[in-house]
Amino acid sequence: MIELDNVAMSYGGGELLSEISLQLAPGSFHFLTGPSGAGKTTFLKLCYAALMPTAGQVRLFGTDVRTMDRDDIALARRRIGVVHQDVQFLDHLPVADNVALPLTVSGRDTLDESVNLRELLSWVGLKARADALPPELSGGERQRAALARAVIMSPDVILADEPTGNIDWEMSQRLLQLLVELNRMGKTIMIATHDLNLIRAAKGQVQARVLRIAGRRLQLAGADL
Amino acid sequence: MTRPDLTQIAEFIVGDVQADRMVPPTGITARLTLLSAAAMAFLAVFALALSVATGRMADRWGDELARSSTLRISAPADQIDAQTQAALRVLEQTPGVASARALSDEEQRALLEPWFGPDLPVETLPIPQLIEVTETPDGYDAQGLRLRLSAEVPGAVLDDHTRWRRPLVDAASRLRLLGWVSILLIFGTMAAMITLAANAALAANAQVIAVLRLVGARDSYIAKAFVRRYTLRTLGGAAVGVAVGIAAILLLPSAQTAGGFLTGLGFGGAGWLLPLVIPPLAALVAFVATHMAAARTLRDLP
Repeated sequence: MIELDNVAMSYGGGELLSEISLQLAPGSFHFLTGPSGAGKTTFLKLCYAALMPTAGQVRLFGTDVRTMDRDDIALARRRIGVVHQDVQFLDHLPVADNVALPLTVSGRDTLDESVNLRELLSWVGLKARADALPPELSGGERQRAALARAVIMSPDVILADEPTGNIDWEMSQRLLQLLVELNRMGKTIMIATHDLNLIRAAKGQVQARVLRIAGRRLQLAGADL
Repeated sequence: MTRPDLTQIAEFIVGDVQADRMVPPTGITARLTLLSAAAMAFLAVFALALSVATGRMADRWGDELARSSTLRISAPADQIDAQTQAALRVLEQTPGVASARALSDEEQRALLEPWFGPDLPVETLPIPQLIEVTETPDGYDAQGLRLRLSAEVPGAVLDDHTRWRRPLVDAASRLRLLGWVSILLIFGTMAAMITLAANAALAANAQVIAVLRLVGARDSYIAKAFVRRYTLRTLGGAAVGVAVGIAAILLLPSAQTAGGFLTGLGFGGAGWLLPLVIPPLAALVAFVATHMAAARTLRDLP
């Protein structure tokens, strides 16, 4: 689905990531960890073509991102759900419209999907907040709304960057639960987090691999947890 | 224009309600865009009126005045009649002269009246005799006529009006050119202002654009929301500006035909339809300007 082949990424003078190779297989569950500033967010951005690698090759669904034009990238993103660390919405539209946004921009009829939308909102526990504006939501509600928005197109891959960064433990558990359920439905999941408790909690429920960024390299860190 | 084009334009005007909602409404930029479009369209109406009126003036001076000339005979009082008769004879024999007529004393008095008042005793003054010459459309050979007159009528001076007409026609043509240049500048300024406004709107909505890109919106989808908004705003503003401009021209006091110089700043007949071209043209300018601004901004975003 997403393949990185000997990828390097440098900003200005310094190289942040180098010699990164990884293949995200369908249905896999990955955690991405590492000290803050190690390049977790950069790594995820490479995975949805928000950044172009400075060396090596990134392939999305079999296509080299360098050969994709902006429309190709837009189409690829409809198959990749992204939850940002600092989730952003269209603040002038209610939550329900924001969650349905990927359907709207891809020209799908939101009326046809209204049942799905309602189910999805109750699944993430935001049914009662459907008409609220995003700035009125709490941190946890924002994260769940972002997750709902990321999955409404039924994407193949879900990339989440510190999805539990600013919410309490109970809410983190709930969010993790949602991601685990999605994985059981066959979605590929990649979660960047530095919350080791979250990783431990997940390990009991799902076959998760833990990747670690250290010294600009990506390592498999499954054994020491 | 083919049918699919019309459908596309209709779709563009009706718009995608969903896509429109993506960009939050902006109060002050919207009003400023409307206002500047209206102001520019208002100015464009006047520039257009100026071009049309000076064009008309240049044509008239070029055509009508070229067909007439004046012969002036200055001679001692006892010779003036003989010389006038001689001059008329010469003129009758000149090819290209349709008619020649000596002005009567009354007519000459009327010509002088504005300068000297009605009580002037014309008879007592050594006033030259004027002969009005009307040309055929082909005209006559002014140089040849001058040579012949200098031999036969020593007191005659031919004034074929070209001396003072040419600079006036030149001035009118130059004025018309200035009018067209003004229209070009007005539309250029309008494009610049809309580009600035669109850039400001694109910058102010950076978060909206980032969110839309993240959820897989194509550039064309995002651009359309902005382009449509600015195109329609400009169309509306320009329509108001043109309406006010036409009303202002209608309210201008009409120039007297005798005054002649201004020939009335306005349009004639089908010419009144000309300003109606301004709003669609302004909308087109806005469409292109916003489109380019959006494409430029989006190209630099992930």
